[in-house]
Amino acid sequence: MKAEPAVGLRALHDKRGWLVVALFTLLACVLVPVLSLAVPESSPLHLPDYLVALFGKFLCYGIVALAIDLIWGFTGILSLGHGVFFALGGYAMGMYLMLSIGAQGVYKSALPDFMVFLDWKELPWFWRGFDNLSVALIAALLVPGLLAFAFGYFAFRSRIRGVYFSIITQALTYALMLLFFRNETGFGGNNGLTDYKSLYGYDLHEPSTKVTLCVLSALALLFTYLLCRYIVTSKAGRVLRAIRDAESRAMFVGFNPTSYKLFAWTLSAVLCGLAGALYVPQVGIINPSEMQPANSIEMGIWVAVGGRATLFGAVLGAFLVNGMRSFFTAAMPNAWLYVLGLLFIAVTLFFPDGVAGALGRLRRRRT
Amino acid sequence: MTRTRLCSFAAWLRLVLGAGVLFALLAFQKGARADQLSEDLSGLASTDASEVSAAIAKAASRGDARALPALHALDEGTLRFDAQKRLLIKSQSGALTDALTRAAATAQGNLEEPASDNEVRRALSPALASLSLSAGSAAVRLKAAHDLGRPSDEIVPIIRNVLAKETDADVKVALSLALAPSDLASDKPADRVRALNAIRAAADASFKGDAERLVGKHPDGKFVEPDAAVRAAAFAAISAIETRQFLVNIVGNTFYGLSLGSVLILCALGLAITFGLMGVINMAHGEMMMIGAYTAFVVQNFFISKLPAHLDWYIAVAVPAAFVVSGAVGVLMERTVIRHLYGRPLETLLATWGISLLLIQTVRLIFGAQNVTVANPSWLSGGVEILPQVVLTYSRLTVIAFSVVVMLFVWALMQKTRLGLEVRAVTQNRAMAAAMGISTRRVDMWTFGVGSGVAGLGGVALSQLGNVGPELGQGYIVDSFMVVVLGGVGKLAGTIAGGLGLGLVNKYLEPVAGAVLGKIFILGFIIVFIQRRPQGIFALKGRAAEVS
Repeated sequence: MKAEPAVGLRALHDKRGWLVVALFTLLACVLVPVLSLAVPESSPLHLPDYLVALFGKFLCYGIVALAIDLIWGFTGILSLGHGVFFALGGYAMGMYLMLSIGAQGVYKSALPDFMVFLDWKELPWFWRGFDNLSVALIAALLVPGLLAFAFGYFAFRSRIRGVYFSIITQALTYALMLLFFRNETGFGGNNGLTDYKSLYGYDLHEPSTKVTLCVLSALALLFTYLLCRYIVTSKAGRVLRAIRDAESRAMFVGFNPTSYKLFAWTLSAVLCGLAGALYVPQVGIINPSEMQPANSIEMGIWVAVGGRATLFGAVLGAFLVNGMRSFFTAAMPNAWLYVLGLLFIAVTLFFPDGVAGALGRLRRRRT
Repeated sequence: MTRTRLCSFAAWLRLVLGAGVLFALLAFQKGARADQLSEDLSGLASTDASEVSAAIAKAASRGDARALPALHALDEGTLRFDAQKRLLIKSQSGALTDALTRAAATAQGNLEEPASDNEVRRALSPALASLSLSAGSAAVRLKAAHDLGRPSDEIVPIIRNVLAKETDADVKVALSLALAPSDLASDKPADRVRALNAIRAAADASFKGDAERLVGKHPDGKFVEPDAAVRAAAFAAISAIETRQFLVNIVGNTFYGLSLGSVLILCALGLAITFGLMGVINMAHGEMMMIGAYTAFVVQNFFISKLPAHLDWYIAVAVPAAFVVSGAVGVLMERTVIRHLYGRPLETLLATWGISLLLIQTVRLIFGAQNVTVANPSWLSGGVEILPQVVLTYSRLTVIAFSVVVMLFVWALMQKTRLGLEVRAVTQNRAMAAAMGISTRRVDMWTFGVGSGVAGLGGVALSQLGNVGPELGQGYIVDSFMVVVLGGVGKLAGTIAGGLGLGLVNKYLEPVAGAVLGKIFILGFIIVFIQRRPQGIFALKGRAAEVS
């Protein structure tokens, strides 16, 4: 890509880049807690709880956008099923949160309410151990990773690529959505998992817990960003781009595209799982509609709007599109689908390198 | 020669004379019977309950089916009589018809309702049963016997009487089946065996529980049914019922699978052709179906408001209209968006998704978010019952036939026309085709239009099977992608095999594994399948396979 900064192995960024990263960290980890907790509620500068939760949600979306940028922007594989990895991470966290409700539920039973409702007598085997936060967190990363690995292994090995791969990932998320809609699957069916009370002993309705989660999400986003940055500036990143631009040629030069693709694909899924695990305690619910094919496609447009293969553009795109969604669904609900639809068309037709590309052009024109 | 002529003349004379006599006899008899009937029924025109009951009994003993309308009307409370004691039936709209001649009639003087109390009702239900079971054609008797359900105790002896006189085999089975509940409860083993034989002959699933109870054991190890012959008959009945259920399931699932598959084929045809031609996946393809279905809705409404007399034929207009409208939207889409994304299939995918959002929202704003109903024309409602409990509805049969016609149309278009030749050429090698002077852009545009139009036809077909809503297309898009993946690109035969296969497997798996697990199973199968045959069932040969 033209707008890409020079690749350096020692430094991930030039000075300006690090400045932006530091600014972001300051904003998320200092300004948000101060405005929300230290500034009194009467002050106009006070950050209300719902905005903290919204910001935290956007941060999680940012992680998803980075994961998609890694696999789409740098490797050239468009996934229409990343929502499924996100949701699986969310479900793992949701299971922990359900079990930590304990006997505080409606039915005053140690079992989650929906199981009491379905007349189950004990926890299904796959729920065992999820009363432990570290088990849940590991599962949130491992389950999406394993699913992605198995799926990717078979798909890449038989050299399924391009739109073929995309529509099969769409079928994957569709099938799993149907599976999770069933009550018998054991994840709360239609309603999903909700009504959480506390996380690791902290009340989820406390503002301090919300701010903490928001800061954790920001740190996770920072970590994800640096990790992706490290990968794409490394040698492996160059191979990924070579595969994106000319897979056959990369293969003839002596690289094995399958293993590189599999690595990027699996890592991308794991990162989505992380985002999902952070997302669920902040929004308080996870249900199968997160796996709708439409959601996963929308994740793709975040990256396209922000600018592919730029990483920070992907995060920017996630913030922009979701900000617009929050604005429009509240102010003009009928117009939102038009805006989103036009966004899809306009970005692909007129701004293929997205906001980041436009910013880059602007900067070059000034200098 | 003369003799023969004479002979034939005599024969002719005999014939004419004989026919005349017969006709006169018939007319006389008919008149006599009509008189008798009206005499019998005249008692109904009374407000005295005992008179009414007596008339009912008389009509029942006479056994004349023409008394049925009047008795039915009495049963439903629509029977009236006027000052001249003429029996009239009052319809819901208030129109009157003569209860005996079924001709339209006007009342003379005040209308009154015949008496109707418990006594009348007690007399009425056996009379109705015996009359409708014993009179009329075999088909009428069969229907009456089917309508019996589990008859009450006072009707059972009447059924036995009727059964003794009945000659038609089907009616006999139906009647013995109606008797089965009371026979099963009988103390005599012979009665129970007879009931079970009737159940076996009819293979009626509603008696499966009864038969299974008979072959079961009490907790103390004794059989529920002490008589071994009865148990054997019960076993035979159960196995007959199970065989029938199996057959019913197979036939029913095959039929539903075929109709689902033919809708999928209609949707996937255009998708497969454009994918083969241009290498792009049109995510708005499902919306082309939706537009086709809404076109049918609009055409139907136009007929309702402007041409109500020809409403049954709105489909004949809706089909070409849907093709044209969906095709036009497709051409518009190709010219404004897809053309400019040539060579960037992933971006095309996202852009067409955006288009589908626009189309869905536009339709939602115009027609509302609720489902609309596109009614079947009257000649499409109903169906043929090929087995008891298996009805092939005309609408589904027509959808299957319709998609066969569309497939033939597409095949002819691809194989017999200039456009088809060019499409095949561009699909094989775009650059070479362009070098030969084919305007690839024009081919792209028309192919896209035809593909969208065919999807629109699929939408009309769908509108005959279910409700039409803005999200109609979304439900089919994943399935039709799977058809394309299964069938391979640019091959008509592959799409047909993929569509039918997916439709049938879906329906066969549904009862075994449930709709959801069936879908998941199919997805798993597809992923494994493309390991072996990445190019689909019918792979393109040679270099063409490398292009995508």
